[in-house]
Amino acid sequence: MEFKVFDLGLVDFGLAWHLQKEIFTDVKNGKLPSAIIFCQHYPVITLGRQASKNNILASPSELRAKGIQVYEIERGGNVTYHGPGQLTAYPIFNLSYLKKDIHFYLRQLEEIIIALLSGFGVEASRLLGLTGVWVGKQKIASIGIAIKNWITFHGLSINIKKADLVNFRLIRPCGIDIEMTSLETIVQKTIEIDHIKGNLIQKFKDALSARAKVVPFADTFTEGLLGRAYY
Amino acid sequence: MTKVVLPDLSEGITKATVSYWYFKEGEKVAEKDDLVELTTDKATFNLPSPCSGILSEIFFREGDTVNVGEVLAVIEE
Repeated sequence: MEFKVFDLGLVDFGLAWHLQKEIFTDVKNGKLPSAIIFCQHYPVITLGRQASKNNILASPSELRAKGIQVYEIERGGNVTYHGPGQLTAYPIFNLSYLKKDIHFYLRQLEEIIIALLSGFGVEASRLLGLTGVWVGKQKIASIGIAIKNWITFHGLSINIKKADLVNFRLIRPCGIDIEMTSLETIVQKTIEIDHIKGNLIQKFKDALSARAKVVPFADTFTEGLLGRAYY
Repeated sequence: MTKVVLPDLSEGITKATVSYWYFKEGEKVAEKDDLVELTTDKATFNLPSPCSGILSEIFFREGDTVNVGEVLAVIEE
């Protein structure tokens, strides 16, 4: 399998959501084999299909004051927060080329994150029945996906910077009382998100026996959107 | 009459929850239209309509649990 990588940098959630759908359509129509979108989001709360608004602990006025928007979206899972301290990846994969198995795909995403963290000396793991990646009893990465025509969208986010964790207090992540952690918190040093991206691409390539390819992003999509592509 | 059946979504997974119907009973659907969205674990999955016709009867509502192989709805061609 081959996938292309789009790096949007720090973008509004709504824009990245829109682009996911555009790329999804290209994958569905065979114009693209598969793709991964990398981005960081301005602070935002998203509600998946199993979410209850009660899991947003902050009041609407508090969210407004912080400039945090709330989106109800079509992914599985409950409520989550995204911010600039996380690396978010949206794999738009045609599972017909891999394996048409939803849970197998979820477990693969977890494995890829665990392998990535292992490269930083962090021993991360799964917790049975609680999809995501954990370090001890703290959660470091969240997963929520959607599948149409056996093509995936939405995806995963990994907490990298420790400064951004404070906003998780605005919600009850995943609808349960859990503590979030970040890669910086665990390794006790500064980690640049840009440094993670190449690593994560390699883990995807290893896990899927795939090749990644450069995308002339500006040629393909809306003018003014800057994207960088990686091998 | 065509039955809309919940297919295998995952090895070892026997059921899913209906999370969204794109159409109401009595409405026209076209083949490959998104018909119903199901949820399992942290994933949603869209089941396309197997044929064109009228969605004549829905057996499982949003929030209901469905077993693999069960009939979700019937479409009259």
